[in-house]
Formats: sequence, C-alpha cells, structure tokens
Amino acid sequence: MSRKVHVEKTVTINKSAAELYQFWRDFENLPYFMKHLKSVHVINNRQSHWIEDAPFGTSVEWDAEIINEQENQLIAWASMAGSEIKHSGSVQFQPATGERGTAVKVKLEYESPAGIIGEAIAKLFGEEPEQQIGDDLHRFKQLMETGEIATTEGQSSGR
Amino acid sequence: MKAVCWHGANDVRVDTVPDPKILNPRDAILKITSTAICGSDLHLYNGYIPTMQSGDILGHEFMGEVVELGREVKNLQIGDRVVVPFTISCGGCFFCQRDLWSLCDNTNPNAWMAEKLYGHSPSGLFGYSHMLGGYAGGQAEYVRVPFADVGPMKIPAELSDEQVLFLTDIFPTGYMAAENCDIQPGDTVAVWGCGPVGQFCIKSAYMLGAERVIAIDRIPERLQMAKEQCHAEIINYEEVDAGEALKEMTGGRGPDACIDAVGMEAHGMGLDAFYDQAKQAVRLETDRPTALRQVLLACRKGGHVSIPGVYGGFLDKVPMGAAMNKGLTLKMGQTHVHRYLKPLLEHVQRGDIDPSFVITHRLPLEEAPKGYEIFKHKKDSCIKIVLKP
Ligand SMILES: NC(=O)c1ccc[n+]([C@@H]2O[C@H](COP(=O)([O-])OP(=O)(O)OC[C@H]3O[C@@H](n4cnc5c(N)ncnc54)[C@H](O)[C@@H]3O)[C@@H](O)[C@H]2O)c1
Ligand SMILES: [Zn+2]
Ligand SMILES: [Zn+2]
Repeated sequence: MSRKVHVEKTVTINKSAAELYQFWRDFENLPYFMKHLKSVHVINNRQSHWIEDAPFGTSVEWDAEIINEQENQLIAWASMAGSEIKHSGSVQFQPATGERGTAVKVKLEYESPAGIIGEAIAKLFGEEPEQQIGDDLHRFKQLMETGEIATTEGQSSGR
Repeated sequence: MKAVCWHGANDVRVDTVPDPKILNPRDAILKITSTAICGSDLHLYNGYIPTMQSGDILGHEFMGEVVELGREVKNLQIGDRVVVPFTISCGGCFFCQRDLWSLCDNTNPNAWMAEKLYGHSPSGLFGYSHMLGGYAGGQAEYVRVPFADVGPMKIPAELSDEQVLFLTDIFPTGYMAAENCDIQPGDTVAVWGCGPVGQFCIKSAYMLGAERVIAIDRIPERLQMAKEQCHAEIINYEEVDAGEALKEMTGGRGPDACIDAVGMEAHGMGLDAFYDQAKQAVRLETDRPTALRQVLLACRKGGHVSIPGVYGGFLDKVPMGAAMNKGLTLKMGQTHVHRYLKPLLEHVQRGDIDPSFVITHRLPLEEAPKGYEIFKHKKDSCIKIVLKP
C-alpha cells in the first residue's frame, strides 16, 4: 500500500534571509542537520543525489531536481521521474517583523511505494513526522545561530 | 571519575563513570573544586521531575578549573578558575540577546519534550532531567560545559570558592526574585521559605531598598538564620496563621510584594495541603502549591508576586480570582544567571555580602547520598551543603 506524508513547520532564526538561503541552497549541507539524511551529492546547479537512512540498516536513494527558486526567498525541489520514492520539498525565507531574524517555513512530502522499502520509509516518516522535521529545523537553527548543534551524545553517565 | 548519579526516587549513588570529553567546538572541561546541593535537586531526589533516567549525573551548582578547551573557546585558558551558571545559553539567539538567558532557544537538544509540556522549550540546564537538556551535572570530579565561551566567569584569586560558588544559582536567584518585586522606598516584602534561596531573597530585597522583610517558615534554625544573618522579621507558620500575622504586621494592607521561595513541594497544614498530598501521590496534580496560594491571598492589592520556587507541571486550586481581582503582577522563571554574574561578583568583592553564610555542611563528594538525606529531612540543622570532590 502506498502512503503519503505531508509535513509543514516554521521556525524563526536570528540571521538574514540571505545567509540562510545560501547555506540551504548548497544541498550538501542538509545532512548536517537533517538527521536521517546520510548524504546529498550535488550533480550540477539543479540536480542532486540523495541518500536517506532507513530502518533495518537499509537506505533509500533518489535524484532530485530544483523546480523553483527565488534568490533569498524560496527553494523548491522534487525527486526526478523514475525514483523509487516520490519526494518533494520547499523552504521559504521570510524576514520577521522588527528585524527579528527570518521565518523559515519548510514543507516536505513523501510518497512511498508498496513493498519493503515503502514500509521502511513509511515507518521513518509515518510515526512522528512533525516532530522529526521540527527537530531538523531546531538543528538548522542551532547551526546557524551558534555554529554547532547542541548535543549530549557521548557524554558520561552512570548507565 | 566519581560522580553523583540519580538512580530513582531517594536513590543517589556515587558511581565511577567515564571522564567527560569535549563533544562540540564551544565546550570546555572543568575539574570541579566545589559543588553544592540545591533545593531544586530535592525535587529530583523526591522523584517529582519527569524524564529523569537512571544513571543521570546530578548537580548544577559548581565551579572549578578549566582543564580542556574546544577549539572555538577563545576567552578562557587552561588553568582559569571559573564559576558556571546553571542555565546553559548560546549567547546568539533572540532570547540571549535580550538578556533572557534561561530562555535560550538553542541549548536543549530535547526541546521537543519541553515543547509537548510547555508549548516552548526553555534553555538546557545542567543535571536537571532530559526534558531540560539531559546534560550531565557537576556533582562530580569533572564536568563538560557546553557554550563555555558564554557562561563561565573567571574568579579573582583572592576570593575563596565558598564566597563565589553561589553565583552559579542561588544568589542570582534570590536577587532576581527581589528585582521582580519592583521594590519602592518604604516597601515591605514577605518571603515564603527560608531555605538558601529564601535567605538570598531576604538579603537581596534589602540590597534593593526594601524597608522591611518578613520571612515565613517553620524550621527554627532557618528562621533564626533569616533573623540573625539577614535581619528579617520572622513568622513561624506552625505557631501562628501566616496570612493573619502578615495582615497585622502591615497595618491590614498586606505586604507590597510576596516571594514564593518554596516551590512545588510545599509543606502545608490545612485541608488543602492534605488534598494536594493525596493528589500528588497519585499524580493527579504534579505540584503542591500551598505556599503559592498563601502568597496570592496575602499580597496587597496591586502588589507584586515573585516566584523563584520551581513548579514543573500542573497546579490545582490556585486562587487565580485573587490574583486577577487584586490586580497583582506575577513574575517568575528560571534565573537568567548570566545577567547577574558580574554585578553580584562586584557586590562580593566590595564586601556587601559574603554568600558563604548559608553553608552549614561541608562533605566529601563520596558522602553525597548522606548529604541528600540530611538536606531532605532538614536533619542536623542542615541548610546548605557544599561537596568537595
Ligand atoms: N528559579 C530558579 O531559577 C531557582 C533556582 C534555585 C532554586 N529554585 C527553587 O527555589 C525553591 C527553594 O530552594 P531552596 O534551595 O531554598 O530549597 P529548600 O528545600 O532548602 O527550602 C525550602 C524551604 O521552604 C520551607 N517551606 C515549605 N513549605 C512552606 C510553606 N508552606 N510556607 C513557608 N515555607 C515553607 C521549608 O521548610 C524550607 O525551609 C525550590 O523550589 C527550588 O527548586 C529556583
Ligand atoms: Zn540550584
Ligand atoms: Zn541563546
């Protein structure tokens, strides 16, 4: 059974739209803050190859293409015909009132096919997709505002 | 290294755990020289703060010597002696830039947990549950300090650990609580709770110009400290009705400002307290707001209510009607410690205050479990414990 996931989330970041746009426009930066994205390889100015971690040690790959872009305002992309997963996304950068940074709105859509990979993808995005994109955006904000991503992974404990 | 670990309600142990390491470019590692147990730690010890995990390292009041630095920390050097705010702040977000450090947007890796409960996440805190960051605390031999280029403040050699340790939390907490009272000349401030936080509330209220401070508790040695060290008038609420006594002492008008330095585990004597204990025991209510209720009823019309006492979740039977109809101003929050470090250090340097007056016990780190036990039950006249690794 094929499944469709649609999520949308906004976060305000204390940086200019231009800075945020530039960082995002280089898709190879996305895996820094998108937890399940293993890598993105930019092929040319419009096309890129994405590899996403999936449950049970598997991964899913597809080629994506930029379908719309307005400098410092909008980037939209979609998987190319023939990919095993249908994915599209966009990010919008809108200056907040009173010079309070930039509102960043992300929209993502995944449509997974039937079968094992479809199940894995559905599992990956089906449980708490809102929280997942929320966390990814938190990490994007941390990276942009502080230069690093807050973490406790690897710290000591009595466990 | 040795570290004080939480293993469940009323169960802390000194475990041997791996030494902390640098995880991010803005981290530092400190060798702890002094650390304290806080009333806030008792809420963890008693099991009232959700999202603790067995093995979590406790402690958010600590100081020490820098032994390792991440590559982005340029303002500190190995060997520097520093105090560290219990709130972790990035310095670059909307909130940090507005001096609202405990509301930092970027330091809680588990922000989603707090967002579920509170709508938005406050800053991460050291040693204070996974919902508030899950950071290992400083009741240990070493600690990792994230955003070390923003938090830690260097301490001049002539000041002792005990004089400056409480800049990490309870002195700024008492000071901010008093600031939140918007004290005017002639004002009377009432302080519920004569724990360490309450003591610093009293001192700070005088520093900020209060004419009278009235302190309320039931533990004789704490009331005595409030009276003798901090020059407050005192009310033992087990002997007299605190609300009535306050009215009498303020010419019927009520205190101009009231501070709740008790928080979520207030002790109480009336029917409402019994009701809270029963509800909290079965988790229908997460917090017992006995002191807060009294505060709202006692405060004069148009007065200020300041709440440094910690509340974690949901409160029942809070007289919001009194707050609304008397036109009270309510101010609260985890302390913006970074804001107060320098000004309060100057007060210590000038000799306006020696914060070490609250210390009643000095114990080796190994004896932390005993420390939690006597602090919880207020045995042995315990008011504040400093642990030495
Ligand atoms: N806002 C912050 O950033 C911040 C920082 C530190 C501590 N705190 C909080 O401040 C509170 C006090 O901390 P502490 O270290 O002084 O704790 P503590 O437990 O030592 O002191 C609490 C005192 O309140 C008294 N008390 C209990 N019920 C009372 C009542 N109904 N009326 C009057 N007094 C009552 C107790 O006898 C005790 O002396 C705690 O809730 C703690 O979590 C908040
Ligand atoms: Zn504390
Ligand atoms: Zn911040």
